[in-house]
Amino acid sequence: MAAPLARPAKAPAPQAAPPPTGPAGPSGPAASLGPGNPGGPGTRRGQRRAVALFTVPFFALFTAVTVLPMIYAAWMSLYREESSGLGFGGTERAFAGFGNFTEALGSEAFLRSFGNIALYCALYIPAMVGGALVLALLVDSTMARARRFFQIAYFLPHAVPGLIASLIWLYLYTPGLSPITDALDALGAQWNFFGQDEAIFSVVNISAWQWTGYNMIIFYAGLQAVPREVLEAATVDGAGALRTALQVKIPMIRPTVVLTLLFTCVGAIQLFDAPKLVQLRANTMGEDWSPTMFIYTAAFKGHDYGLAAASSLLLALVAGLLSFVVTKLGNRWKAS
Amino acid sequence: MSTQTATPDAPPAPRRPGRRSAPPVRRRSRGITSRVMVNGVLAVVAVYTLMPLTWLLIASTKSYRDLFATNPFSLGDFQFLANLNALLDYNDGVFVRWLLNSLLYTVVASGLSTLISVACGYAFDKYAFRGRERWFGVVLVGVLIPSTVVQLPLYLMASELGLVNTYWAVLIPSLVNPFGVYLARVFSEGYVPGEVLEAARMDGAGEVRTFREVALPMLAPGFVTIFLFSFTANWNNFYGALMMLNDDRLYPVNLGLYMWNQNVYQQPELYPLVIIGSLVAVVPLIVAFLCLQRFWRSGLTAGAVK
Repeated sequence: MAAPLARPAKAPAPQAAPPPTGPAGPSGPAASLGPGNPGGPGTRRGQRRAVALFTVPFFALFTAVTVLPMIYAAWMSLYREESSGLGFGGTERAFAGFGNFTEALGSEAFLRSFGNIALYCALYIPAMVGGALVLALLVDSTMARARRFFQIAYFLPHAVPGLIASLIWLYLYTPGLSPITDALDALGAQWNFFGQDEAIFSVVNISAWQWTGYNMIIFYAGLQAVPREVLEAATVDGAGALRTALQVKIPMIRPTVVLTLLFTCVGAIQLFDAPKLVQLRANTMGEDWSPTMFIYTAAFKGHDYGLAAASSLLLALVAGLLSFVVTKLGNRWKAS
Repeated sequence: MSTQTATPDAPPAPRRPGRRSAPPVRRRSRGITSRVMVNGVLAVVAVYTLMPLTWLLIASTKSYRDLFATNPFSLGDFQFLANLNALLDYNDGVFVRWLLNSLLYTVVASGLSTLISVACGYAFDKYAFRGRERWFGVVLVGVLIPSTVVQLPLYLMASELGLVNTYWAVLIPSLVNPFGVYLARVFSEGYVPGEVLEAARMDGAGEVRTFREVALPMLAPGFVTIFLFSFTANWNNFYGALMMLNDDRLYPVNLGLYMWNQNVYQQPELYPLVIIGSLVAVVPLIVAFLCLQRFWRSGLTAGAVK
């Protein structure tokens, strides 16, 4: 869920919704508080009260669930729990300075978890984005039939909660339960979904199953918006379907594709559900395979809250920077 | 409300009827081959996307013994109702409780969250107040921080406050949706003309009433879109629930199924329960998705495409 979780919420952010109707007339504050505004001070006070009423709930909650926890985590990250004796005497909190940060950054497991995500991205992104692009082009081509059915069929996995999707695939990977392993056996092929080298493919497949259709729909909508005259001109110039796709259609939706790539990276850094479940059977992966898994394990298995807090802040920094770059690039395309 | 007709809910991509209905006539035989190829590829991918759900459906009709003994795509003894009964009975019907909890964590939380976001975004768009853009900058920073990375800090603070293992621990965080505020501001710019609000004020409506009775109906399509974003995020929220909840009576359905799955080695009879439980949890979502397709697609493409 981690990856998907953030992604849909963000996908449109940078290019956000050009309002379909367009700002009809002078909307916005100038209109509502202009000098010609009848009413006088009473109304104005009413408006100020309204602003408070409308915005305070959001900002109060935002402070409570984002700002304060981050501050609290920053404070926690400066301390270390030290158990006295065998641990029966309870723990006491000792000031550690930046000790937790150096421990996280020096921890092979923490660094490896980022390495795992990098490898995951290298496998997942070409497969998923490439697949979505090809599917969108095929459905958009004049040759496709039953477009509506295919779109629904591809998008359907997205309706399945991330954890349940991972659970279904976990069973589909399990010999004895799975039709896939049966089929592979019948063909005489050897593939252990939980093997040391294969496990990452099992994770990639779960993500691809969930996200290919979603992105295909986004690309397809982009293709639908390509002006008809452009395509007609290409046909008149003698370009076949394939050439039109490669040289006309793809360049026209390039910003959408690049944005999808970037958002997929932001999602990948939060990956949790799929590796968490695959790891239940693939023992070689370890419980700290991804950064979010590392944090979970540090906190709930190691009870090292200082380390977990420090790693969370580091992850937040990486994720925030990544999202920032994504949004900046998105805005640049929006402007151009 | 008549104004609603003037506010299309989505920017539907312009159709290109000409291109669709007039395929080129030349090269017909080659056309047929490539048509078969294209549709063949599309069909194979559809098999890939639909296969897991089909397997789930078939597996849910099997007893534990048949799950491992029979061909995964053939029907064994039809045990669907027995499995369903077992699911609903297990542990005094805890599964039903999980479903209700999920309803609370997704539908109720998303509804509240959307109302909060829409009100805030509307205020950003329609009122001038001091520091408006600076506050909006705070919202944008919030958009940049993925909720997953705040999860552990949130847990640490909740446990300090004694809120861990309560409904609030999952509910309160899901009420905050900075991206929803951002979207609401954009929607408010597009859907709610300032003159209409002026007219309502002239008629003596207060600010809250103007919002509730004039602006909110005009924002309805945007409301649904933001609701769906929030809903998706909340039903996918496993990481948060896993950290916050210990008491199985508070679990959402995905956490409950995860915990059952943790025990299948010791209690293999849980396999059919996890399978049919997944099915029961997924079916309403698929039905909702099929019914709300229009909004889903509009939200999806609202910003991604110009």
